[in-house]
Amino acid sequence: MTAAIAVSRLTKRFGLKTVLRGLDFTAAQGEFVALLGPNGAGKTTFLRILASLSRPTAGEVRIGGAPLPQEAAAVRRRLGVVSHQPLLYGDLTAEENLRFFARLYGLSAPEPRIAEVLELVGLARRRHDLVRTYSRGMQQRLAIARAILHDPEVLLLDEPYTGLDQDASAMLDAVLHEVAAQGRTVVMTSHDLSRVAALASRFDVLARGRIAASASREAIADAQLLDFYRAAIAEEAP
Amino acid sequence: MSSLSPVTSLWQATRAIVWKDLTAERRSRELLSAMLVFALLVILSFNFALDLDPKTRGSVASGVLWVTFIFAGTLGLNRSMATEKDRGCLDGLLLAPIDRSAIYFGKAIANLAFMLIVEAIVFPLYSVLYNVNLFLPGLLLTVILGSVGYVAVGTLLSSMAVQARTRDMLLPILLFPVALPVLIAAVKASAGYLSGLPLEEITPWLNLLGVYDVIFIAVAFMVFDFVVEE
Repeated sequence: MTAAIAVSRLTKRFGLKTVLRGLDFTAAQGEFVALLGPNGAGKTTFLRILASLSRPTAGEVRIGGAPLPQEAAAVRRRLGVVSHQPLLYGDLTAEENLRFFARLYGLSAPEPRIAEVLELVGLARRRHDLVRTYSRGMQQRLAIARAILHDPEVLLLDEPYTGLDQDASAMLDAVLHEVAAQGRTVVMTSHDLSRVAALASRFDVLARGRIAASASREAIADAQLLDFYRAAIAEEAP
Repeated sequence: MSSLSPVTSLWQATRAIVWKDLTAERRSRELLSAMLVFALLVILSFNFALDLDPKTRGSVASGVLWVTFIFAGTLGLNRSMATEKDRGCLDGLLLAPIDRSAIYFGKAIANLAFMLIVEAIVFPLYSVLYNVNLFLPGLLLTVILGSVGYVAVGTLLSSMAVQARTRDMLLPILLFPVALPVLIAAVKASAGYLSGLPLEEITPWLNLLGVYDVIFIAVAFMVFDFVVEE
């Protein structure tokens, strides 16, 4: 069976700086992978390459069997991306934002789908409000609605909890649980181990540009996650 | 769920981006008000600084007009791309399964609409202040051709400049030398219409504007994908 994401020997350089060094990674269909790592480990760069926003210097990246960057347009249709920025327009309402992205993704008759995703993220009652009047948490929930609007097979989440308070984080947890339960492949970067422990089915630690350690949820108890993470980082320390 | 069409057409995506820019601007009026206030200040400054007699006013009219349009247009071009970049929305556009030229065409058409709105407001005010009749069909054609050329190259260069930290300074530095042929041709053609020159003396300048427009739209279509690639 084709892996949802298959990456081999991925290298990314920015000038003289090598950020990713021959990274290998796979994610099966429906898997929820938490990508952990210290600042500067290359997590965002890796996700940007998976999202086709950045070209690899070397190596092979396939999403659902389609190679990047050769089949970038086809891959983009299979991807939903949430970053720490909401990628939304403040001077449009929630509904107008989703309608705009629905048109970009070529959704025909998108209104029922827009209503469905707004309901899922709990923003149906605020659908006619301008996004600039939303709190950070609401914007992030709307960002998830935008990302799943076209029903992508793969969801990439880059630090989605950044800047959220406890209540907003708990609400985002609930939305992500729901999204993951729909059978999508999810790759999420985060520094918040307690949150990813409750969500992910696999934990990968990215350090110094490669996957330093990987463990399934079954293999590691929640209480051991911090030790697992620290050990992986220590091994890769210069 | 609603079905996904296999390919989002260039036209459909361009239209969506134009709609988004016009709707957002209708709400915020951020860009248009800045461009308009700036254009009016430039006209007033020239009016007081030059303090010209009526005859001389006619001869400098085209130059003052185009300097006003180009300065105000640069302000709009800078803001238009910066708003996409600052909130990460440019990534949102780049993630969509569309021909990336649609982003260029969508932004360029919206920028052109903003520039033409400002010009439509500046025209009557300028006519009153400088006592010059600007409502000549040929002059209006020149303004449209000149604006298309300026926006065509300006949208492309602003999408390059927006990646830099010094984008506010960088855009004029990149844009003004490249847009010089448009400025010269537009000023010459406008001056020709205002001073009542015969059409055969104006036509070469209009041709230059037309050729410039076609070349830069074609160049932008070919290179925009590489310009926005990380």
